[in-house]
Amino acid sequence: MKSSHPRARKRRIKEGLIETGLLAAACSSVAITFAILYILVKESLNFFAEVPLFDFLTDTQWTPLFDDAHFGIITLISGTVTTTLVALSVAVPLGLTIAIYISEFASPRLRETIKPILEILGAVPTVVFGYFALIVVTPLLQKIYPDLPGFNMLSAGLVMGIMIVPYISSVSEDAMRAVPMHLREGAFAMGATRLRTALTVVVPAAFSGLAAALTLGCSRAVGETMVVAVAAGMQPNLTMNPLQPAATISSFIVQVSLGDLPHDSIGYKTIFAAGLTLLLITLVFNVIGFWLRQKFREEY
Amino acid sequence: MTPQPATTPPELKAQARELNFHYGAFHALKNISLPVYNEKITALIGPSGCGKSTFLRCFNRMHDLYPDNRYGGEIRLFPDDVNLLSPDVDPIEVRMRVSMVFQKPNPFPKSIFENAAYGLRVRGINKKAELEEKVETALVNAALWNEVKDRLQEPAFNLSGGQQQRLCIARALAIDPELVLFDEPTSALDPIATASIEELMLELKEKVSILIVTHNMQQAARVSNNTAFLFEGDLIEYGLTKELFVKPHNKQTEDYITGRFG
Repeated sequence: MKSSHPRARKRRIKEGLIETGLLAAACSSVAITFAILYILVKESLNFFAEVPLFDFLTDTQWTPLFDDAHFGIITLISGTVTTTLVALSVAVPLGLTIAIYISEFASPRLRETIKPILEILGAVPTVVFGYFALIVVTPLLQKIYPDLPGFNMLSAGLVMGIMIVPYISSVSEDAMRAVPMHLREGAFAMGATRLRTALTVVVPAAFSGLAAALTLGCSRAVGETMVVAVAAGMQPNLTMNPLQPAATISSFIVQVSLGDLPHDSIGYKTIFAAGLTLLLITLVFNVIGFWLRQKFREEY
Repeated sequence: MTPQPATTPPELKAQARELNFHYGAFHALKNISLPVYNEKITALIGPSGCGKSTFLRCFNRMHDLYPDNRYGGEIRLFPDDVNLLSPDVDPIEVRMRVSMVFQKPNPFPKSIFENAAYGLRVRGINKKAELEEKVETALVNAALWNEVKDRLQEPAFNLSGGQQQRLCIARALAIDPELVLFDEPTSALDPIATASIEELMLELKEKVSILIVTHNMQQAARVSNNTAFLFEGDLIEYGLTKELFVKPHNKQTEDYITGRFG
């Protein structure tokens, strides 16, 4: 068969079209990412033309919509960091415990029952979690701390923690199950119990995957919007006390986006600077996660 | 001078009696009875799938880790004549006395020192001086001490394959086991590393009893005192290594050791 045969030509053209189509699909997601970055940076530059970067980083108040406007992003960062820390203090121990149980202890049948249930927890819309925090968790916490305000970071952080448990447990469990059986057998053969094997051999061996789970959880908590917008209040408040209400970067962006600010006002431009900050924070987490994965990757 | 008996009968370390094993519906071991003698090396040979590893792994109850494994019969461990397979015997107690070296070196993601000390820590030994002493002895016995004594805190993964396997042997020896199981310990190693492990086993049999599974008949001939040939779950022939390899009684054994199948 000659390659100039009409059938061969037709096939080549068809293959070429398919390949181009696939390439375009792959490029579109990259292009959109760059477009977002471009908009964020461009609008942020407009913002920083009016507000000095120094004030943005060092001011201790965030009142962009007031006449006496202040733009201290640190106020919003404190809210983001506090809710994230509360969330991780719930999600990491709980997520890891669940992962260890499912991967090392549960029978195959039990595992196949628990995993889908956990995944459903991950599929609940975040706004539902927000109302759960506001209507159920906050009143419960108020029984313990009667002075707790109706909006507070503790309740939002705790519920956010529950919300990211499935992410942490599922990625961690995958990492632990990927640890080869002969490594576990080595520990069992030395007389180790299941728990000791899990803690002293499987967890260290899966460390790079667990680090990935942790960074995923961090990024989720930092970027999470609805729970904090609904349950933590939206007043910017420079505090690390979880019993206080506060705004986070993401909840501020929601607040301004839903308002009717004119497009060229400084208040409108702040959301791009805030968005860029949020992006940089999650980027740092992803870089740390990538670095941890590389550093602790083990080949078996 | 009192007259010495011409030959002292070898002392039993363990005795398998009518051992049967099933993986689900598959009958993997059929009525195996086999002695393991003190301070001797007993080799198990046979083609892939003949049940030799399955038999070995009965001695430390490794099969208990997986569902659908059933076994019956006895493995008596001496001197106290306890049945290792009895449901009343905790598998962890069995593993406290019988340790194992695996086919592929499987050091833990820990330092060289902590790998060798792992079984000691499992047994509740945490005193630094005692750990250091026992780890050193084990590494000396595993012929690894001189190569690692200056870098005990380095990760075990930095070692070469042969060194990793000797570290796994040190780990198995540190707990002063009565019986050490070797499951094709050199199949993942190059010839030089293999030779050093074989040499090591010959030294070790002065101190412990060894049961080894090997694919390599030359290896069985070189290191073992007694050899058992298994085929499709049956024990075909058992005897002194020097006799079994020179003058096998069974046709199948002869075919296997002369390389006609397997």
